[in-house]
Amino acid sequence: MSSREATVHGSQIFERYAVLTIHDLSRMCTVEPQDILALVEEGILEPLPEAAGEWQFTGDALRRARLALRLRHDLEVNLAGVALALDLLEEIHQLRRAIRRAGAQP
Amino acid sequence: MEFKDYYQVMGVARDATEAQIKQAYRKLARKFHPDVSKLKDAEARFKELGEAYEVLKSPEKRAAYDQLGSGPRPGEDFRPPPGWDSGFEFSGAGRAGGNDTDYSDFFASLFGREAGGAGSRGRRRAASTHGEDQHAKIVLDLEASLAGGQRSLTLRAPSLDADGHVTTKDRTLNVQIPKGILAGQSIRLAGQGAPAEASGGTPGDLFLEVEFHPHRLYRVDGRDLYLSLPVAPWEAALGATVATPTPSGEVQLKIPAGSRGGGKLRLKGRGIPASPPGDLYAVIEIALPSAQEESARAAYLAFAAALPFNPRAALGA
Repeated sequence: MSSREATVHGSQIFERYAVLTIHDLSRMCTVEPQDILALVEEGILEPLPEAAGEWQFTGDALRRARLALRLRHDLEVNLAGVALALDLLEEIHQLRRAIRRAGAQP
Repeated sequence: MEFKDYYQVMGVARDATEAQIKQAYRKLARKFHPDVSKLKDAEARFKELGEAYEVLKSPEKRAAYDQLGSGPRPGEDFRPPPGWDSGFEFSGAGRAGGNDTDYSDFFASLFGREAGGAGSRGRRRAASTHGEDQHAKIVLDLEASLAGGQRSLTLRAPSLDADGHVTTKDRTLNVQIPKGILAGQSIRLAGQGAPAEASGGTPGDLFLEVEFHPHRLYRVDGRDLYLSLPVAPWEAALGATVATPTPSGEVQLKIPAGSRGGGKLRLKGRGIPASPPGDLYAVIEIALPSAQEESARAAYLAFAAALPFNPRAALGA
């Protein structure tokens, strides 16, 4: 089954223009706002510093939140464990980049 | 349909305790989680594991599954006997964030497609006047980001037909790729996600996360590009101006005298045209002419005779 779309979509980079509130994030991740709040408290998500009043996040927070919630659920770890895993994953990512820059296959 | 031996998938005995099953799940989940593992079949293994755990962790589902006996050997054709599940009630504890149509046909024939998801669905925010967002990864040529432009993408998604059978539904979308998009960034297509349950509601959005195919010339590092630039030994030693490809066209690049292999020359702003634009690094690679030809051989020998050179001086040899 196939449906064709003639319309052209897109053209903007989500991470560059999106500004998200806790409520946006909780809706987009299909969790409660408290779950997003817990990610902030654990230091997994950081709100934009300049935002006064309600917290705001860049579009990158969506990917990070989804990843953190996936790990929490699938691996049955608590948020401290998720935060540690994310830090280590980031470190591995940096190392892989260094290897790639050097021209080798990571 | 293939019979699935969930005990074998989880590597536990048929009389394993609940604690043993949980332990086995956690251990294997850490190993095969697609966000963590780089194994090629991680995603498939993790799905299979999740399905096995879904059944074995629930006393009702496990009891019903056990009643099938060890079944035909794994992989053999299997049909559940009629009335196999009479007397069991499935309470379907949820798995959040999963795709409910992801289960194997084997699982679905026993527990239905929705069995796993039902519980988590309860957590959904009351007014589902907003359809769920959908996320997909797309792999593009680097050129799509370098120049921007329209691409026709085919997304494949499992969906349920009217009778509850799973079919694969392809849909083709024409997407304008924003110039300068980086790996890991995404394009949001408003209203292209799941439809809202409530009539008149807004459909969800579709997020396409970008990855790049390996490129013939450039290695991608965030917004920067790396190019291996082969130079002749005399070009490196004496300096030269060489033609160098860049995404925005060929440039004449000056190789400083005394360049070494592995040295990097930065071409500012010649990387991915993001904002700010990335840089292009030409990494010098010293290429040696082959000594097959007699004339080349003679030149090497003359070189050696003319130049007292010990490349291993630093080794103390």
